[in-house]
Amino acid sequence: MLKRLFGLNKGTEKTRETFIGRLRGAFQQARAIDDDLWDEVEAILLQADVGVATTEELLSRLRESVELGEAKDSSELFEILRQEMDALLTEEVPTEQPVLQSSILNVVLIVGVNGVGKTTSIAKLGAYWRDQGHRVLLAAGDTFRAAAIDQLRIWGERANLPVVAHQPGADPGSVVYDAVAAAKARGADVVIVDTAGRLHTKFNLMEELKKIRRVVDKHGVDAVTTLLVLDATTGQNGLQQARQFAQAIGLDGLIIAKLDGTARGGIVFAIVHDLRIPVRFIGTGERVDDLSEFDPSAFVDALFEGGARDARG
Amino acid sequence: MFESLSEKLQNAFSRLGRKGRLTEQDVDEALREVRMALLEADVSFKVVKQFMARIRERAVGADVLQSLTPAQQVIKIVHEELLALLGDAPGKLEIAPAPPTVVMLVGLQGSGKTTTAAKLAVSLRKQGHRPLLVAADPYRPAAVHQLQTLGKQIDVPVYADEKQKPPALAQDAVRHAQSMSQTVVILDTAGRLHIADDLMRELEEIKGRVHPTEVLLVADAMTGQDAVRVAEEFNARVGLSGLVLTKLDGDARGGAALSVHNATGVPIKFIGVGEKLDALEPFYPDRMASRILGMGDVLSLIERAQQSFTQEQAIDLQKKVRTGQLDLNDFLAQLQQLRNMGPLEQILDMIPGMSRLMKSQTMPAIEERDLKRVEAIIQSMTPEERARPEIIGGSRKRRIARGSGTTAADINQVLNQFKQMQQMMKQMSSGKMPRNLQGLFR
Repeated sequence: MLKRLFGLNKGTEKTRETFIGRLRGAFQQARAIDDDLWDEVEAILLQADVGVATTEELLSRLRESVELGEAKDSSELFEILRQEMDALLTEEVPTEQPVLQSSILNVVLIVGVNGVGKTTSIAKLGAYWRDQGHRVLLAAGDTFRAAAIDQLRIWGERANLPVVAHQPGADPGSVVYDAVAAAKARGADVVIVDTAGRLHTKFNLMEELKKIRRVVDKHGVDAVTTLLVLDATTGQNGLQQARQFAQAIGLDGLIIAKLDGTARGGIVFAIVHDLRIPVRFIGTGERVDDLSEFDPSAFVDALFEGGARDARG
Repeated sequence: MFESLSEKLQNAFSRLGRKGRLTEQDVDEALREVRMALLEADVSFKVVKQFMARIRERAVGADVLQSLTPAQQVIKIVHEELLALLGDAPGKLEIAPAPPTVVMLVGLQGSGKTTTAAKLAVSLRKQGHRPLLVAADPYRPAAVHQLQTLGKQIDVPVYADEKQKPPALAQDAVRHAQSMSQTVVILDTAGRLHIADDLMRELEEIKGRVHPTEVLLVADAMTGQDAVRVAEEFNARVGLSGLVLTKLDGDARGGAALSVHNATGVPIKFIGVGEKLDALEPFYPDRMASRILGMGDVLSLIERAQQSFTQEQAIDLQKKVRTGQLDLNDFLAQLQQLRNMGPLEQILDMIPGMSRLMKSQTMPAIEERDLKRVEAIIQSMTPEERARPEIIGGSRKRRIARGSGTTAADINQVLNQFKQMQQMMKQMSSGKMPRNLQGLFR
């Protein structure tokens, strides 16, 4: 898991090991809780894009536990911090249910701003679910961006998944309509819909998304799941993105893409905590199998392993 | 885009403004707000740290205490330091003395390189250059086709050969450009992670073969703390000459703009402000710094207005306003010109104080939708009705409502607003500020 999360195959193993070593220096070795340590923790969290509000919330909880005598040194403090962050990602968030419902037709809408990695994530998801025994069909709902349809088609060929597509510029709603009909005819149980990247601030484009959702609903599909793809490098704007997409069509989960870089994706804590949307998958590379189910504690660990280096760098 | 940051700073400074003199504690309190605002805007943690240290050093003590208006003094310091962080010259593309000029675009996946390549081509052609686009991304599925499609849309030739490796391809493309007397070669390279050693080496190789005049890092304005590391790494490996910040038409506060320049020392040359292929603007650090501080982006607004209005149109309009002869035809023309200037929210954003005004109770939110509805209503009127709105009776109203997909009540509203506007203009041209407007600016 950690290996995949880190893309260790990309020649970064050595540096990673040193970070982990430094992390141990910073936290694992018991050391007194002083102002320097507080500054260090704050720096790690902020540099991982956790954000000011969430960081302050976490720090004040930590201070509480120090006052209550629950944490006497840095390693105990760190353990509490990890637990708190883990809780942020899992408490009050519906993670128990699987993303797909069995033995009915599932339509999964993949949405997000431009360039986050929607199309690539769709190919990975399709292969992942197919390997779990589902019959998957992809719908090329991004009819706007030049060559987006071809991009999905090529992924479809590589992953051996059928793709329903119209001409560039076609109405995305009609693509989805046809894809659902095709799925019913062919006995597929999962339709993954690619949508054009759109900034959450564009009124018309968000309306278009609502229309796609209405088309699916009218088609008598029982299980509609909407997943937002978030670029791991995104900063504080990620919360705004999630909020606007959730408001427009409702979100059932997040996919964090591009976690194979040095970005930590810390904005996820604020999103999950504020909007109660669980993270479902993480993308860690450009190959079709570079997708994993989300593991909160591994995610928190990764955040500190990168963070400890930054705080000292 | 920087709205929230400017609001935060304004709040911090308005607290300073209410006091006659500043104590060290006051400055610290205001600077805490500044710090938080910068961090929330995704300005790099380290940059913020340095920034705050510089500001505090300059603000606390003599500078501020001796100043007559301490708040202004602090704003000035923050403004100057912001400017220093953003760079000091408006972005321009370097042109090689002997053509072709080679521009190499590099960046992470999804930052907007391909779109930026097409936008750059459009902008260069407007300036009289003959651009050639080069599809040097054989890795992402359909990336080559994407550039070819865009090239067709904007009628710019695209050089592609999916069998060739990018370094050799780039070299051939430059030779091809020379033989076709294309003056600028724009290399659209594959998106890559800054830590992917083999792919970074490929960039070094391309650079070594084609000796680009410009190596531009294309960065997403929504990038968080990682922006610095990415920019540093690309700069160390391939040496950057400039930055392009994309997706600034969203509501990201774009602190990355502050960080990347600081990390690399190279100027931000252009900003991407929309999906249309002409939505690329030069980056003006002074405007951006003013905007961050809530002074509004007045210069950009004036420039856009000048592009959308001709001189004669303006004079004609002035005359009509003075004599109170403005009719619905003029009103429609105005509306359309306003929309020509760009999305309404963008324009309002540029007017100083507007973002605050819009959020206050005194002013109802103006939405793009409302403008469109008004436009549809006026367009559903006959030319005669537009010239003499008073002839519009019940039957005409029903027809207009049908034509514009609205209701008779909507038509009444537009007509009433227009009447009020006419009256206001008469009053204003006679030198009196109407009472309801005075209330607005109190």
